[in-house]
Amino acid sequence: MAENKKSLFGELTKGIIKENPTLVMLLGMCPTLAVTTQAMNGIGMGLATTFVLLGSNIVISALRKVIPDKVRIPAFIVIIASFVTLIGFLLEGFVPSLYDSLGIYLTLITVNCIIFGRAEMFASKNNVIASAFDAIGMGIGFTLALFLMGSIREIIGAGQWMGMDIPVMHSNPMLLFIMPAGGFFTLGCIIAAVNKLKNKKPPQEITCGGCEGCPMAEKCGTKEADK
Amino acid sequence: MNRLIVSPSPHDENYLKTSTIMLNVIIALMPALIVGCVYFGLRALLLTAVCVGSCVLFEFLARKLMKRENTIGDLSAVVTGVILAMNLPSTLPLWMAVIGSFVAIVVVKQLFGGIGQNFANPAITARIVLMVSFPAAMTRWVEPFTHEAVDAVSGATPLVLDSFRGTTDEILMPSYLDLFLGKTGGCLGETCALALLIGGLYLAVRKIINLAAPLSFIGSLFILTLISGGDPVYQILAGGVFLGAFFMATDYATTPISTKGKIVFGLGCGLITFVIRRFGSFPEGVSFSILLMNVLTPYIEQLTRTKVLGAKEAEKNE
Repeated sequence: MAENKKSLFGELTKGIIKENPTLVMLLGMCPTLAVTTQAMNGIGMGLATTFVLLGSNIVISALRKVIPDKVRIPAFIVIIASFVTLIGFLLEGFVPSLYDSLGIYLTLITVNCIIFGRAEMFASKNNVIASAFDAIGMGIGFTLALFLMGSIREIIGAGQWMGMDIPVMHSNPMLLFIMPAGGFFTLGCIIAAVNKLKNKKPPQEITCGGCEGCPMAEKCGTKEADK
Repeated sequence: MNRLIVSPSPHDENYLKTSTIMLNVIIALMPALIVGCVYFGLRALLLTAVCVGSCVLFEFLARKLMKRENTIGDLSAVVTGVILAMNLPSTLPLWMAVIGSFVAIVVVKQLFGGIGQNFANPAITARIVLMVSFPAAMTRWVEPFTHEAVDAVSGATPLVLDSFRGTTDEILMPSYLDLFLGKTGGCLGETCALALLIGGLYLAVRKIINLAAPLSFIGSLFILTLISGGDPVYQILAGGVFLGAFFMATDYATTPISTKGKIVFGLGCGLITFVIRRFGSFPEGVSFSILLMNVLTPYIEQLTRTKVLGAKEAEKNE
């Protein structure tokens, strides 16, 4: 029982750094680059995606024994699209400003790789509870990544944060950061930082014949003992 | 005394060092820089000093942080700083120049491995980043010799004037001589074609640069403007064509090696500059054209590879 709890907790936390969907698995690049010109948009997009991810993971996991293998992709799309329609109407009704600023990217959640990826890799193979935890973890990871990117781009590119002016920076925004080029630049820097956090040790797998007689042995960094 | 040295060729030990090349480039840049400082005042000199200083400092810090050997002695950071400053309007706030130096040295050069490893010209990329980020500050031009007056006369660049040609009546177009001597608004080092030409020819005489790229760049821009019915002399003298052609389209790391490749590079630069000036929303396209051709350089290199004498075609492995 205790072990089960621990693994559920693991499913929840793995999405935040270790298997972060955007920054480590590099899925869902389209919304990551497109909507993160403001921190608020990042949060909105992240939460909308989390909602869809949670719903689709639960339903797909519940139906995983019913859905025939050959038509699973269309079946997944139908389920995901239903949730996207739902969140679309909800946002349009209750937060129209966010609905407007997310624009086309809201409906494009349907084909977001993260949701597909989790459906294919996780929900179709695991039970409902584990899938729900997985969805929440991945959703949080995605939201955090988008919020971080949105914050950096908004602060540097517009001199604002969450719509509030930042004294000195507001008068001299560095416009590049709210343009696509700045998005790629920010993403690259964050991925580099996450890689640094994640890979403190050198890669463990050795595919060569061993260090004996290898000219690169000194520079290689992998120790013989790791083999 | 009579020591016989037995060694494989080459036997000429007087090779060019990086620092010698860079020193020659700095010497070649001096005429245009001096003219810029005369035209735009001490402020231009200050801006250049800030660019050079921050470039060298960033180079030093980046190498230190990355635990690599120190390379400020090869003077390449100084060259980058001078070229960057020459690409900026003399009124630019100094902190923006520091950001430009950071982009040039840290982002474009050191993150890709330092001198010789950069995929694009650092100064050009920094100029474009500044241009896109701070469009207002990057286009605040002053007329030469007006800097000491209380309110410096702001003036459009010759290229901006050219785009208004025919739309309004009373525009005083600069004469060819003014353009050639650089008595027009513009970036601090790009206006005087004469000084840039002197520097370029000095480098060509010292065999530091090959004139293939500059000539095909300027030539193709001239011919394209002529064909399209523009004023070709005006187009090549105005803006940053001479600065770009002689000092940036001849960078070793980011342009093709073979002469054929250099010609293709120059033609591409001329074509893109022409297209941006003629049809684009920016009045000037030299920096964008060089950056785009920098990115295409590996492909040009591949397509213009020379055959080794006597070599057979490599057999296909698969």
